[in-house]
Amino acid sequence: MDDMDFIELDGVEKVFDVRRRTGFMRRERREVRAVDGISFRVPRGEMVGYIGPNGAGKSTTIKMLTGILTPSGGRLRVAGIDPSRQRTKLAHRIGVVFGQRTTLWWDLPLRDSYRLMHRMYRIPDSRYRENLDRCVELLDLGALLDVPVRQLSLGQRMRGDIAAALLHDPEVLYLDEPTIGLDVVSKAKVREFLRDLNAERSTTVLLTTHDLTDIEQLCKRVMVIDHGRLVYDGALAGLHEVGESERTLVVDLERELPPIELGSEPSVRVVKVEGPRQWLAFPAAVSAAPLVARIAADYPLVDLSVREPDIESVIAKMYVTDSRV
Amino acid sequence: MAEVRAGREVREPETEFAERSRLVEGVRAYGLIVAMWLRSTMAYRASFVMTALGNFLVTGFDFVTIMLMFGHVDALGGFTLPEIALLYGASATAFGLSDLVLGSMDRLGRRVRDGTLDTLLVRPVPVLAQVAADRFALRRLGRITQGLLVLGYALLTLDIAWTPLKVVMLPLMVLSGAAIFGAVFVAGAAFQFYAQDASEVQSAFTYGGTTLLQYPPSIFAQDLVRGVTFVVPLAFVSWLPALYVLGRDYPVDLPRWVAFLPPVVAAVCWVLAGLAWRAGLRAYRSTGS
Repeated sequence: MDDMDFIELDGVEKVFDVRRRTGFMRRERREVRAVDGISFRVPRGEMVGYIGPNGAGKSTTIKMLTGILTPSGGRLRVAGIDPSRQRTKLAHRIGVVFGQRTTLWWDLPLRDSYRLMHRMYRIPDSRYRENLDRCVELLDLGALLDVPVRQLSLGQRMRGDIAAALLHDPEVLYLDEPTIGLDVVSKAKVREFLRDLNAERSTTVLLTTHDLTDIEQLCKRVMVIDHGRLVYDGALAGLHEVGESERTLVVDLERELPPIELGSEPSVRVVKVEGPRQWLAFPAAVSAAPLVARIAADYPLVDLSVREPDIESVIAKMYVTDSRV
Repeated sequence: MAEVRAGREVREPETEFAERSRLVEGVRAYGLIVAMWLRSTMAYRASFVMTALGNFLVTGFDFVTIMLMFGHVDALGGFTLPEIALLYGASATAFGLSDLVLGSMDRLGRRVRDGTLDTLLVRPVPVLAQVAADRFALRRLGRITQGLLVLGYALLTLDIAWTPLKVVMLPLMVLSGAAIFGAVFVAGAAFQFYAQDASEVQSAFTYGGTTLLQYPPSIFAQDLVRGVTFVVPLAFVSWLPALYVLGRDYPVDLPRWVAFLPPVVAAVCWVLAGLAWRAGLRAYRSTGS
């Protein structure tokens, strides 16, 4: 293993046998290929977004990378280790955060969970104290250490979980939906922390998310998975081009007016008008600033907001594009 | 980058530790988790005393029922109250011990269902130890206390011709019995990998088993007695060894030395339970459900 192939997947597959009851004693067996031949490399220290619609195979991939699930086929290595065969050995070198469920002990204060991690992972005392202090400071956990996990809010719990995943200095951090359900402030805090972690410690980060802003702010590289296959691997900007995705500019005018017309910008079109509010779609790769300036010059503008395309629609468009080719 | 290197240097000895026997690792992890739960239980000392006392009283009513019954009859299936107390005390203590150590295993099905088992699989210690130690409940000492009291009553009131072998038999019986029940807990949990609602099936063998063993085998049908002797070997928990101590005959015709088999039976049960657990965990890791 060298640093360029820190995480390696070659034709990795995961096939589930789904059994369905069709009658009193009859069962129907069906094969579901949750991951259908995925190959990629992640060099040490890279931060990669792993996205796709629900049921695309994201979580299944993460579960294979952590050793929870055994692949049905293909070859998989993380830091030179085969995760499914040497799960507990790998556990010392990876950190995992599941957005939907906590790895902390539900009924115990954060402090107790951390203390147990300390012993369980055999973290040297000085490293443990250093890492804990750092996480407590940067993730603002000081006031929460003595609160039982079940009493924490979702955002607080997520920060607690991220700290727990980092106490043993993992070389890779897997984050499965780390910002799901968080408010804007918590999201910003989590993103800033991850960015610093990656920059200062060269921790390799693989992140699944539904929130394109997470990817935009954190990852230079994004991989898109759908129906168990990798359909895109490259820069986020490229994804917008491939997917011909559009952002939406929502403008509030002083009064009800006919649809805005910007003759010089053929790629912009009004998609909806509702009283004084109008929705304009424009390509995601185009900057919104000149557009706003044009509208403000010609129309009585009161307020505006820009909406990012969500991943589902980007990928949906990508598929439309694919089938046309 | 320097940070990472430094981190890895520190990590090398850990990797070596991880190569040590999984059993040692498992016991160590079990101890760590139990210690944490004890500390958190002791933070609410009054609540602990109350629940342990409650546990003691609830299990105690069991034996009170038997005592009340003896207000009307002199013998049950040919056994006197002190004799039944020996059977009861031995099986209640054995069950209490295994329930204290492994009672949390029956929560496995729930963990599989809600997906929290995955969080145990990403930690560097055996999953069995983590499941067993989860929510370690010291209040279960109540049941053990009650079992020991009944056992003490039996030993004080029984008129036994003690021999060295019979003296050795007592602790052997309780410890092997606890091990046999423990294996049933593990095997039952392994079954929950396949059927997540199976904790009731497990309870039938553990809670049901201990209730069965509290009565003399002579009151049950022969087929049932054969079943718990040869199929699910619960008879080795208390019936066979206790009847040897009492000098009574076992309803199923077996040689005398069979009474000394409990440790062997316990070992075999653990090997089978261990295999079942591994198979269950492997199935979970290939299906994810």
